[in-house]
Amino acid sequence: QLAPRQPSLFACSVSPKDSQEDLFWSPSGEQLLCEASTVLKCVQEDSGQRGIYGKLVCTDFKIAFLGDDEAALNSDETQFKNKVIGENDITLPCVDQIYGVFDEKKKALCGQLKKYPEKLIIHCKDLRVFHFCLRYTKEEEVKRIVSGIIHHTQTPKLLKRLFLFSYATAAQNSTATDPKSHTVMFDTLKDWCWELERTRGHTKYKVVSVNEGYTVCERLPAYFVVPNPLSEEDVPRFQGHGIPIWCWSCHNGCALLKMSALPKEQDDGVLQIQKSFLDGIYRTIHRPPYEIVKTEDLSSNFLSLQEIQTAYSKFKQLFLIVMSVENNLMSFLFLLLSDNSTEFWDTDIKWFSLLESSSWLDIIRRCLKKAIEVTECLEAQHMNILLLGNIFKSQKETASDLCCLLSSLVQVMLDPHYRTRVGFQSLIQKEWIMGGHCFLDRCNHLRQSDKEEVPVFLLFLDCVWQLVHQHPPAFEFTETYLTVLSDSLYIPIFSTFFFNSPHQKYMNMGRESQDAQNQSLNLLTVWDWSVQFAPKAQMLFTNPLYVEKPKLDKGQQKGTHCKHQRQLSLPLTQSKSSPKRGFFREETDHLIKNLLGKRISKLINSSDELQDNFREFYDSWHSKPPDYHGLLLPHIEGPEIRVWAQRYLRWIPEAQILGGGQVATMNKLLEMMEEVQSLQEKIDERYHSQQGLQTEAASMLRSSSARLSSLFPFALLQRHSSKPVLPISGWKALGDEEDLAKQEDEFVDLGDV
Amino acid sequence: SPAAAPDQRPGRPPRTPAPRLCARLTRPRLPPPAGVLVGSAVLRASNKPAEMEEPPLLPGEDVKDVGPCAKDVTYICPFTGAVRGTLTVTNYRLHFRSLERDPPFVLDASLGVVSRVEKIGGASSRGENSYGLETVCKVSVWPRAACSWPPSSRAQGRHAHARPVDIRNLRFAHKPEGRTRRSIFENLMKYAFPVSNNLVGAFPLREAPRRRRARAPVLAPALPTALPQPLFAFEYKEQFPENGWKLYDPLAEYRRQGIPNESWRITRANERYELCDTYPALLVVPASVPDEELRRVAAFRSRGRIPVLSWIHPESQATITRCSQPLVGVSGKRSKEDEKYLQAVMDANAQSPKIFIFDARPSVNAVANKVRARRRVPRGLSSVVWRPPLALRRRDTCGLSGEAKGGGYESEDAYQNTELVFLDIHNIHVMRESLRKLKELVYPSIEEAHWLSNLEATHWLEHIKLILAGALRIADRVEAGKASAVVHCSDGWDRTAQLTALAMLMLDGHYRTVRGFQVLVEKEWLSFGHRFQLRLGHGDKNHADADRSPVFLQFVDCVWQMTRQFPTAFEFNEYFLITILDHLYSCLFGTFLCNSEQQRGRENLPKRTVSLWSYINSQLEDFTNPLYGGYSNHVLYPVASMRHLELWVGYYVRWNPRMKPQEPVHSRCRELLAKRAELQKKVQELQREVSSRSSSSSERASPPTQCAAPVQTVV
Repeated sequence: QLAPRQPSLFACSVSPKDSQEDLFWSPSGEQLLCEASTVLKCVQEDSGQRGIYGKLVCTDFKIAFLGDDEAALNSDETQFKNKVIGENDITLPCVDQIYGVFDEKKKALCGQLKKYPEKLIIHCKDLRVFHFCLRYTKEEEVKRIVSGIIHHTQTPKLLKRLFLFSYATAAQNSTATDPKSHTVMFDTLKDWCWELERTRGHTKYKVVSVNEGYTVCERLPAYFVVPNPLSEEDVPRFQGHGIPIWCWSCHNGCALLKMSALPKEQDDGVLQIQKSFLDGIYRTIHRPPYEIVKTEDLSSNFLSLQEIQTAYSKFKQLFLIVMSVENNLMSFLFLLLSDNSTEFWDTDIKWFSLLESSSWLDIIRRCLKKAIEVTECLEAQHMNILLLGNIFKSQKETASDLCCLLSSLVQVMLDPHYRTRVGFQSLIQKEWIMGGHCFLDRCNHLRQSDKEEVPVFLLFLDCVWQLVHQHPPAFEFTETYLTVLSDSLYIPIFSTFFFNSPHQKYMNMGRESQDAQNQSLNLLTVWDWSVQFAPKAQMLFTNPLYVEKPKLDKGQQKGTHCKHQRQLSLPLTQSKSSPKRGFFREETDHLIKNLLGKRISKLINSSDELQDNFREFYDSWHSKPPDYHGLLLPHIEGPEIRVWAQRYLRWIPEAQILGGGQVATMNKLLEMMEEVQSLQEKIDERYHSQQGLQTEAASMLRSSSARLSSLFPFALLQRHSSKPVLPISGWKALGDEEDLAKQEDEFVDLGDV
Repeated sequence: SPAAAPDQRPGRPPRTPAPRLCARLTRPRLPPPAGVLVGSAVLRASNKPAEMEEPPLLPGEDVKDVGPCAKDVTYICPFTGAVRGTLTVTNYRLHFRSLERDPPFVLDASLGVVSRVEKIGGASSRGENSYGLETVCKVSVWPRAACSWPPSSRAQGRHAHARPVDIRNLRFAHKPEGRTRRSIFENLMKYAFPVSNNLVGAFPLREAPRRRRARAPVLAPALPTALPQPLFAFEYKEQFPENGWKLYDPLAEYRRQGIPNESWRITRANERYELCDTYPALLVVPASVPDEELRRVAAFRSRGRIPVLSWIHPESQATITRCSQPLVGVSGKRSKEDEKYLQAVMDANAQSPKIFIFDARPSVNAVANKVRARRRVPRGLSSVVWRPPLALRRRDTCGLSGEAKGGGYESEDAYQNTELVFLDIHNIHVMRESLRKLKELVYPSIEEAHWLSNLEATHWLEHIKLILAGALRIADRVEAGKASAVVHCSDGWDRTAQLTALAMLMLDGHYRTVRGFQVLVEKEWLSFGHRFQLRLGHGDKNHADADRSPVFLQFVDCVWQMTRQFPTAFEFNEYFLITILDHLYSCLFGTFLCNSEQQRGRENLPKRTVSLWSYINSQLEDFTNPLYGGYSNHVLYPVASMRHLELWVGYYVRWNPRMKPQEPVHSRCRELLAKRAELQKKVQELQREVSSRSSSSSERASPPTQCAAPVQTVV
């Protein structure tokens, strides 16, 4: 065998002049489905529009445009190149909407077409917009490519037809090297034990393996963690429902738990059985060493999937800036001095109200606020938190989605481990992948139901981005990492985001294994970043501001406090809840009622006390200097929740700040760190070998930040010239200020003239 | 009269403050700089006990009123609720201290920021805290609450107290029987508004604008106790190692730009301010235009503000010149001299066959300017009240043509090879109103749910955008088009100053340094007669004056937006900009007093007051941006899109204890800089060692075991 050749070569780096066979590297299993030549890709540039001739192909992996002068474009900047997806590639799951232009009218395309468009506009889920002019393409080819693209991206398909499987089969022999990324995958007993130990939860919680082979519940992972006293026989009683499942333990011993509510029953007998079962469960988790439990019911009073979906679809429209159709029709002329940025400036005037009306930022704020509330209970009130809802049900049920979102947000805020890259990846494995987030449905990878498509994971990443943006030194990873991660959702060679549950993955791999000579499929994980990026490019994932925790106190001492925490915390807790004598009992009833599906108005959540606690906690944290290796809370005031500019604005040339933006800061810091490092090396060398001081440290990111634009590392080729973007003047009516506007600056004091 | 002291207003009960504790107020991050905190301990460098009742005084500052009665005053804080303590008024500040809280609650504000003082409630008012004083601060002057600025330790030294701190509305409740309110009120009126109180001319601004006297009848009579009282800047006696008044030398600055050269000359035609009383003494004009001609051009330009050079491109020789509007009027008058003059400006730049005239106003307003008669206002009527009758404002100027000179813009017919561009920037009244709305938006609390649309409704960022966009256009024409640009608005001292200064900031890296920026402010704003006194109303109690407007603040906001977009391109930091704005209002330094170079000279400000730059340049490290570097030769084009503009929370909302303090990026960067310096020193030492050894090669140096522990890198 040769050295492990990465199958990633199938990204279109071969010029179209080469023969068909060379186009796609066969071991990748990629197959050409249809193609069309002399397609004109419209490129927006500051001087107007430009067209590039080339070939449009559709494979079972992607839609790709192979420009005739590809080579010239590609050689330009190689610093941050995705090895799997080229600049002009759109993976099939990444396609969002397809529009055709017929006689200057834009129409969404789907199903069978009677007439074929002159122009194809593809909106991508990563917010790129492609324009392909088909005017010079042979009619036959137009038909084939348009219907091909529509068929392969817009019609429902079977899971088995995902490129993932053909790729895995084809790449079988190429030994996708085991990712030595140290990401904990949580697919073994050992991983869970390790996590329990790390968080000091092992004194009160244990890993169970009753669900090996997914015999108990298909929505639960093979291994999970429950309180110690719970017997393994209890778990299957209601197929895992009503069982408190451990997510994470706080340094003070409090834990974040989740539980699926029991199915609603009408029958009184069954109800009685359920009640006594829950009573038993409750008794075990509500006496020492366990802390007081507070339930957080996610199925009511919080966000709904519908809200998130509506908000995001409005929000993303703000960034899918489309060149006006009329101009594009004339784009057979290569250079047109057209104002294709009109839309950008038109929306610019009402930008803030447009943003607000999408309410995406408000949803982020609500998520963050909820997470702070949960954090407050864990951290300040020493309570266990039980996230409750129909978390096993995936369809049309918010609770399971919000459970993943909330529990992982809380953990990012509380546990500095999850603010490292490896830790963050482990967290996603634990809460999202093993937690059974329905990526397949939520991303609509199979195009089976648009209603199910809700960007919950993106919402989570956006929440994390807010934290990253507000507390830059606290995270080991950068916003670029988050952006790239959000893009990776749509690359169908990684198994990570293409299943609804570990069970589904297990089933699909298992069946395959019989076909393929008992060899299980070798699916890639997205955490193996080397598949997508060269080490040099991966450097942009590491935050130069991050300082590792000093090695001395690696949280070891915390464990020793653990046992005393309960006693210590009691007086504090009591003083707070003293006005409520019956707190304990009430809460029990509350919990049980909730679990039984008979929800009554909230006892705890509605009280003002909670609001006050929240405010006090929030204000007092923000009044102190943040400890980046401790609890981290976001600011949630109006001006502090922002648009994740890098992800959303990166393809819009008008929004590009040449030589500016965050990138400039980062670059400067990297530069300085490099200098410090090389100086250090010089000194070290000097000590070791009496005669150093000659070697020059190789620079890693040495392009002057003045030349980078704020869109770096994305959209490198959008604008080369250094012309400024001149706003097209637009002025909204001043309304009641109109009168003032008519006044002269000064109409007195003219006697002196 | 809109001004002053409505006595015995029916008791307006103070708003009940939010009972929440503002925790930021006791932020212990850095030992807070002396005296700049609202609601926190003053930990002075000298570690004086906090029980001290007197505020830390500046040289020249005097405690005027600490009667025993001023002790029992209640301050009603919008964040932490009522707090009782001692209120002191000096000739510079208002100081409130309460030992009720731990750490002691301190509020300290310079009187320069006071916009008006009102009495609340009468002797008979009932209810707690219903009798007292309300101090309203000038638009845009809001304090930081507990400051994490400046980051370096030096700032805790003696000058940090110079920063004014206040909250927009300060409410103090007095005990009716204590009779303290009257004396506090009188002192406040006396020291906060010395200009208004010295109408007879005994106050330092001897050359009081005539209009003030014209307005005299409408002002409330001076308080009987008022003695001639100067602005505090005239009493401030601090010594600094550097004299900031010497910082700007016009000749040196023009020399730096390469002037005089064959096409441009420096003229002293305005040495006695006779050509134009709002221009500086030294002007740069086309070499081909003789001084006599300048007078004829001046006659055709509003207030004699002829086109003069602000900046010249070092390579293309394209220039930015500034002026006021031409007095074309409705009849479309022409001036041969003016046309010739602009032709000369164009000819000075061989690169472009065209010259661009940027009119900052919206085209509608520029048109209206032609027909709107600029009329003499009847004496005794304030500009607030008087407006020309509508008919006069709109049309029908025929009858006025004799006495009134209409403004307007250069027609492309009269001026050959020119292109006229309107930049759509609104006038000072619109800006003032916009800022007022902004203030309402952020004070006292921020509504989360409609934050964005409310922000949009203030139009503030929209104005910022238009100003930036205008400057961008100018910079683009000059840089890319290699064409010269002439910039004017109506009078050429508000919007014009904003535009030229910003365009120069984009084009010339020198102005992005600390000293360069100071020169820019001195040159484009102070020497070219931005009417600071009029726009800010130093010491003037006429708070509703229609001439007040946040023009300079807007400029600084634009600069801040640029520093956000180019975090490594500016030598100064946010704190530098905030400090400038703080002292814009504080009246501690003489820099922003008066309206023109002529007035400043007449008042002899450089001798009698201290320059802000003296203070800033004496502790530069607090004001420098650690990220600065590598941009000096670049032209910066900010993106003037709402997508990249943001509200300057660090300035407008800094009093709010919930707002985020400065980002930690800078501290990390400083850390790295320190590390680098340390290592560089070490390397140099080693190098020296090596070279000394190689010179005496036979000797073997002992291994440097003493430095065995290498420096810990944080990389």
